Amino acid sequence: MSEAPAPLAIRLERCGKTFADGTRALEPLDLEIRAGETLVVLGPSGCGKTTALRIIAGLEEPDPGGRVLFDGTDVTPVPIERRRVGLVFQSYALFPNMDVRGNIAYGLRIGGLDKAGRDARVDEMLAMMRIESLADRRIDQLSGGQRQRVALARALAVRPRALLLDEPLTALDAKLRDTLRVEIDALLRRLGITSIYVTHDQAEAMALGDRIVVMDHGKVAQIGAPREIYFAPASRFVAEFIGSMNRLEGRVEAGRFVTAAGAIPWPGAPPGARHVLFRPESVRLADADSAQLAGTVSAAFFLGDRTRLFIECGGHPVIVETGERREFARDAPVHLAIDGNSLLLLKDSQ
Amino acid sequence: MARSNRLLLLLFLPAGIVFAAFFLVPLGQLFVIGGTGKEGWAAYGAILTNRNYFNSLVSTTLLSASVTGATLAISGVAGVFLTRNRFWGRVALVAMLTFPLAFPGVVIGFMVIMLAGRQGVIGDVAEWLTGEPLVFAYSMAGLFIGYVYFSIPRTILTVMAAAEKLDPKVEEAARSLGAGPLRVVRDVIVPGLKPALLSAGAICFATAMGAFGTAFTLATRINVLPVTIYGVFTEEANIAAAAALSFVLGVLTWAVLALARTAAGSTVAAAG
Amino acid sequence: MRRRGPAFWCLLGFTLCVCAFLIVPVGMSMLAGVTVNYQSGIGSGMTLRWVAQVWEGYSDTIFRSIGIALACLACTLLLGVPAAYALARRQGALARTIEELLVMPVAIPGLATAMALIVTYNTLGEFRTSWTFILTGHVLFTLPFMVRSVLAVMGAIDLKTLEEGAASLGAGFFRRIFTVVLPNCRSGILAGSLMVVTLSMGEFNMTWLLHTPLTKTLPVGLADAYASLRLEVGSAYTLVFFVMIVPLLIGIQVLARPVELGTKATRR
Repeated sequence: MSEAPAPLAIRLERCGKTFADGTRALEPLDLEIRAGETLVVLGPSGCGKTTALRIIAGLEEPDPGGRVLFDGTDVTPVPIERRRVGLVFQSYALFPNMDVRGNIAYGLRIGGLDKAGRDARVDEMLAMMRIESLADRRIDQLSGGQRQRVALARALAVRPRALLLDEPLTALDAKLRDTLRVEIDALLRRLGITSIYVTHDQAEAMALGDRIVVMDHGKVAQIGAPREIYFAPASRFVAEFIGSMNRLEGRVEAGRFVTAAGAIPWPGAPPGARHVLFRPESVRLADADSAQLAGTVSAAFFLGDRTRLFIECGGHPVIVETGERREFARDAPVHLAIDGNSLLLLKDSQ
Repeated sequence: MARSNRLLLLLFLPAGIVFAAFFLVPLGQLFVIGGTGKEGWAAYGAILTNRNYFNSLVSTTLLSASVTGATLAISGVAGVFLTRNRFWGRVALVAMLTFPLAFPGVVIGFMVIMLAGRQGVIGDVAEWLTGEPLVFAYSMAGLFIGYVYFSIPRTILTVMAAAEKLDPKVEEAARSLGAGPLRVVRDVIVPGLKPALLSAGAICFATAMGAFGTAFTLATRINVLPVTIYGVFTEEANIAAAAALSFVLGVLTWAVLALARTAAGSTVAAAG
Repeated sequence: MRRRGPAFWCLLGFTLCVCAFLIVPVGMSMLAGVTVNYQSGIGSGMTLRWVAQVWEGYSDTIFRSIGIALACLACTLLLGVPAAYALARRQGALARTIEELLVMPVAIPGLATAMALIVTYNTLGEFRTSWTFILTGHVLFTLPFMVRSVLAVMGAIDLKTLEEGAASLGAGFFRRIFTVVLPNCRSGILAGSLMVVTLSMGEFNMTWLLHTPLTKTLPVGLADAYASLRLEVGSAYTLVFFVMIVPLLIGIQVLARPVELGTKATRR
């Protein structure tokens, strides 16, 4: 990719979107996408993430007052066909009237590249996506995973200034999703291209994003690196949307958080806290004398490599994962130990 | 956004202009002319007040209703049978059953003559059996046969398309709960086909109400509405009355189709 | 499920009877068209005399019908395909209402439409007496079939996303239309075209009122022949009509899935 353009920096300024029927899909949004980074936009369906992507692509115009800047240049009135952004769709959007080669060459043909140049670039793309053997297939002869590889090759063939991916893996089955996720990750790192990746799958977001934007109801809930989002969620929505989260009620007393099921030592506990949150992996099963909480097993699911336990803890369900090989009977008493440092306190849960 | 809307409008414009100039405007004109006769706007009530027109309306409606019933029964049975069974020659059978799909009415009339006319098969068979030839092509019965003939192909296609989409698992579930074959038909298949039957029935009814070619070929004085209108137009040269009657007929068929569409909740394309 | 009970055979018998009802008269009329004397049966010998007589007396109606059908096809392509695209791209109540309106000429009896055209345009003498008057009626009646057929395909291929894909690769509007939209709607355009030609060739309801003695079409000639000539000639004429229309009907069956056709209507 020697002639690849320098990575693009994108900025959204007050980009809101209200549809003709009056629904507000996106509250005015300010967003900075750094040159060369992979930004994942994560959220449940209807949160405005796809609208944001479509505004960046040029498929939707922001409400008046909103601006889209590419490397500082205002591109708001520029239609998509002149923005040079690669777009990958959940439904692939491959042209059924062309074969694989024709699809990948389409953008190059429009760009006016001669036949030799096109052939060379198409071969390069086929090799990069490892689909050389599919070059002359019709689109309806391809599996979902193969289609998505072709769609990526087609978008990248024109050397776009940025790559926009809208739920590219959602239509695939779980195993294929994992494989392709690894491939896409390697590809984006290697190309160093600015990419915006929209998904509702938090595992995908964690694996791929340099930064993640969590969205909810048309608004940004949090922006940050995956670790920040996971370990320091800014709101209960973010905390519960990403991974599993346990929640206990109680009160702070002399450096401890006291609950109905026991007390957890918590140095530096804020005085007014009434709820704490913690991840399943920061709890472990313990002997009665070294434990802080007591409870009973309400359900146990053997997952092979671990067992996921639902434990009734003073009226609250607590999820615990354990590598222990024994079977857990319903209603069996268990004891839990929690690291006080891993307790989270949210502003909105005080 | 605004730009692309203008472009779409531009693309639609030619069709829109032709449609307005040659359909909407003439239809309005037809309506106006219908009110310019001797009776004035009362012409629109004539279909109920004029004995001759009213009889014609009643017999046309009865004919159309019985054609619809017979067609739905025949096509329903054959259509479900053809979707649920795979056997040698099935494709050819389907092809033959749907073959007369776009025959014009005049040709359908001729087919009826071939079947039940003076030299028709039915007449020959009847003569061979009873010594008396049976000829009914040139009566209401002939028209009935013709309309059923015309409606079967399209109705079978609609039924087959709908039966194809019925989930056989629902039938299996009903059988697992102890339902016998007749109960399955009554409780699962007929309700499942209801939208399709409704829309096909509406098309069938509206077509029979407005059809002209078949009656014209069978040529006798069969008192159905389109023939009556044609008579008023050509023989009595009462253009206003003919306009009023055909406008009412148009509204009637269109209303039947619109009603069926609302009831079936799916798109019912129409027929005349 | 392999076991076939008496119910299967009963239903098969029934279906075969229905099939015979539809096909026997077709076969008989074709046969009658080449029989010397139908009354005395096949034994009287086969002849092409009646076909020749039809050709002599009515060949002009055949060519006129073909001409009108092709002109009608050209009009519905030029008007219908762009209109279908506009309707496919515009969601919402207005587009659906327009779609409904466009179908009205099929919902309303041809007699009414023809009468409306006559009362509006009978003063335009030259237009009234030319074949284009018939063409106008045919275009109104067949346009919905073209629009719906193309719309059905456009709805099935997720046109919007395909176009967005093409646009993201730099294709402007006309480029998208000619490289992506039209090629992918080919099957709908073809199915619609066959339907338009078939329906135009067979249209009688409107044409009977719209035609003049100098602009008779094939179905008008058929009605003439049925009314005034002997059965063998009528049959021979019908045979000619079948020969012209059967390839089109087979084309429709092969091309458009019967499923799609079932929801569309034809009329006489």
